[in-house]
Amino acid sequence: MSAVQVTGVSKIFNQGTAKQVDALIDVNLTVEPGEFVSLIGPSGCGKSTLLRLIANLLEPTTGSIMVNGKSASQSRLDQDYGMAFQQAGLFDWRTVAKNIELPLELKGWDKDKRAARAQEMLELVKLPEFAELYPWQLSGGMQQRIAIARALAAHPPLLLMDEPFGALDEMTREYMQGELLRICAETSTTVVFVTHSIPEAVYLSNRVVVMSPRPGRITDLINVNLGAKRTEDTRAATDFFTGITAVREALRGTHADHANAGAVRGVEDR
Amino acid sequence: MKATSRIRRILPPLVFGVAFLSLWEGVVKGFDLKPYFLAAPSKIFEQFFKNFARIWEATSVSGTNALVGLIAGTVFGVAMSFALSRYRFLGELVTPLAIALNAIPIFVLVAVLNNMYSITSEIPRRIMVSLVVYFIVLVNVAKGLTQVQSTHVELMKSYAASDFAILRKVRVPNAVPYLFTALKIAAPVSVITAFVSEYFGGSQNGLGSRITSNIANSKNAAAWAYVLGACLLGLTFYAVSIVLESAASRGGVASKTNNNK
Amino acid sequence: MFVLSIVLVVALWEMYKVVGPQDGGKLFGAGVLPRSNDTAMPHVWTMLSRYGRPEVRGSDKRVWLVVLEGAWFSLRLSIVGFLLGSSIGVGLSVVMSRFRIVERGLLPYLVVSQTVPLIALAPLVALWGGKLHIFGFEWPRWFSAAVLGAFLSFFPIAVGTLRGLASAPAAAVELMESYAASWKQILLKLRFPSAIPYMIPAFKLGASGSVVGVVVAEISTGLKGGIGRLIIEYAREATADPAKVFTAVFGAAALGLTMAGVIAISDVYLMRNRPKETT
Repeated sequence: MSAVQVTGVSKIFNQGTAKQVDALIDVNLTVEPGEFVSLIGPSGCGKSTLLRLIANLLEPTTGSIMVNGKSASQSRLDQDYGMAFQQAGLFDWRTVAKNIELPLELKGWDKDKRAARAQEMLELVKLPEFAELYPWQLSGGMQQRIAIARALAAHPPLLLMDEPFGALDEMTREYMQGELLRICAETSTTVVFVTHSIPEAVYLSNRVVVMSPRPGRITDLINVNLGAKRTEDTRAATDFFTGITAVREALRGTHADHANAGAVRGVEDR
Repeated sequence: MKATSRIRRILPPLVFGVAFLSLWEGVVKGFDLKPYFLAAPSKIFEQFFKNFARIWEATSVSGTNALVGLIAGTVFGVAMSFALSRYRFLGELVTPLAIALNAIPIFVLVAVLNNMYSITSEIPRRIMVSLVVYFIVLVNVAKGLTQVQSTHVELMKSYAASDFAILRKVRVPNAVPYLFTALKIAAPVSVITAFVSEYFGGSQNGLGSRITSNIANSKNAAAWAYVLGACLLGLTFYAVSIVLESAASRGGVASKTNNNK
Repeated sequence: MFVLSIVLVVALWEMYKVVGPQDGGKLFGAGVLPRSNDTAMPHVWTMLSRYGRPEVRGSDKRVWLVVLEGAWFSLRLSIVGFLLGSSIGVGLSVVMSRFRIVERGLLPYLVVSQTVPLIALAPLVALWGGKLHIFGFEWPRWFSAAVLGAFLSFFPIAVGTLRGLASAPAAAVELMESYAASWKQILLKLRFPSAIPYMIPAFKLGASGSVVGVVVAEISTGLKGGIGRLIIEYAREATADPAKVFTAVFGAAALGLTMAGVIAISDVYLMRNRPKETT
């Protein structure tokens, strides 16, 4: 059973009017459990829309989406996924710990279980001392780590992320990427990750989904063969740069004729 | 379509209004309520047109008081806010007073003012309105003059602009939306203050006194006809302030709010 | 600083008494200058000392006690009015936040309702109240004044709360939707906490509105025991006893300041954990 199954999905806004927007046309994507998949593409390619369709925050115009073997709406009701955005979006009036507890409160967990789980998540993101502080007392990177802790609080099998590191500086960003990989390995979470950054997509993912706009569609699927364990040294590896080049070329549309032909590009040197 | 969106905006209040009036009329007729208890809208309109001349007269008295106070208060308020923006220590002096006066039912001062003037004078009411308007305008316009984006001021200073030039080119344009916010609040408030000031004795020509005397004589429908006049006066003032605002901010920013009072 | 401004006002008052025309005067042809004789403008120390002397000739009660009792009476009414007004105001804002059509239809009338002069409403409310008997709840005369206080306080509270409820960032609402949170959960866990910074200034306006409503109601219904009635009574005696009306006026001021103080304290408490704003 795949973690995410997107079949023949289209999303059209303002259909039939002058303001019609073909956000996504005929998108097919399968994400296996434990995979880390990045969605990358220029503005208007529909990557954020696709993420929101998987999250059931939007309904597809045509096609179907299955998450964890259920319909997307059922998955949302069962809280089968956690979400993280570019703005950490923590509530200013709650302590860090209470912020993490939010999804658990909504699910009706009792007080002690919630507190224990929040503490566990804080250990996971390595910020246990900050439980009783308020979000505005933390740096941007720390706030994002809390947001990730909150997204994973209910131990969902799937994590959906929309450019979560976009607002951070480069050094913090690289650090957060490493932390994210570590956390996902520890929790065996499947991740669908939207980003603007080619190196970030390549560093983090098993597969990079290249999209293009007008109309929004998937144009390429690129396998990244950097192995399961990625470290800071990986950033200097030849395979890393090969992967980046492959994605960059795909984005430039030099291989547009291979679009949706199912061709999968390997990145090893042969 | 612009026309349809305008209709969409007007329709709900219109429907609510008609429904409310019909309900009112229905309740009075249906329960056969006596006029001293609750007057029917139809009776009120009847009285309104019957007494129109006198209502008009009373409205002009109260309306003039409100208008004079509004203008005076605005002028003094703007002048004082210029002073406040120039001399910061004045701000420290005036602001606590303004905050305190905001909290108290300031209109009770009319009792004092009536004593200081002759019994037929309308001046105490006008002073009262000016005072109330003055503080509203002062608080808002001062905020507009002082709370400018620091990048704008830095830019002007890099051009070696004088304080006066900064005032003219940065502070005043910034303050204009705040002035209109103040006017939109002050306009109806000036009307209400003008009425309330009439309870404390003194000349009996305004709407407030007319309403009281009609109620005292159990002429409810007539009293409410005067109330209708009062509402129309208040609405007119408010409408004029909105028109002035849109005339002044053609292509500009909508009024800013003072939500951290 | 506040003390300094009070001193300044007192100084201006006394200065005018020295230089101003005893029987009033004209400035540019209009009779704008007030009389500065002792009957019209008593000295400040006369006003203050008036507190210590008996209220009425032959009575034992000192003025300050009478004023204090009057202010206390009106304060309790204002609090009731404020609580009633805030419940209505907050309730209305929740309904308007939930159903946009109610907001669009109702809000213009709420604005207009604030222009209706209280003098017309106060006697009516008193009249209806007298006829109303809900489940044996007797409508005491003072309640009408509280209702008027509620009438003047509900509007700023409704408007401010509505704005506050709408101020929750769209991303946060999306987050809550991703948790399949119900509208009620979103209201309680997101919208209300985001609304607090907007509700506090609204509550300040509501508190002062309640005081105004109560005092005006007292005056127009002739309700005994409150500060409004005292002001009118003393104003009538002003030619004979000029300082007395000031004592009541200051009492009313103290009333307003007390209400404001209570809100200010809740402001500090409610915002204690929030990031401090830089002006």
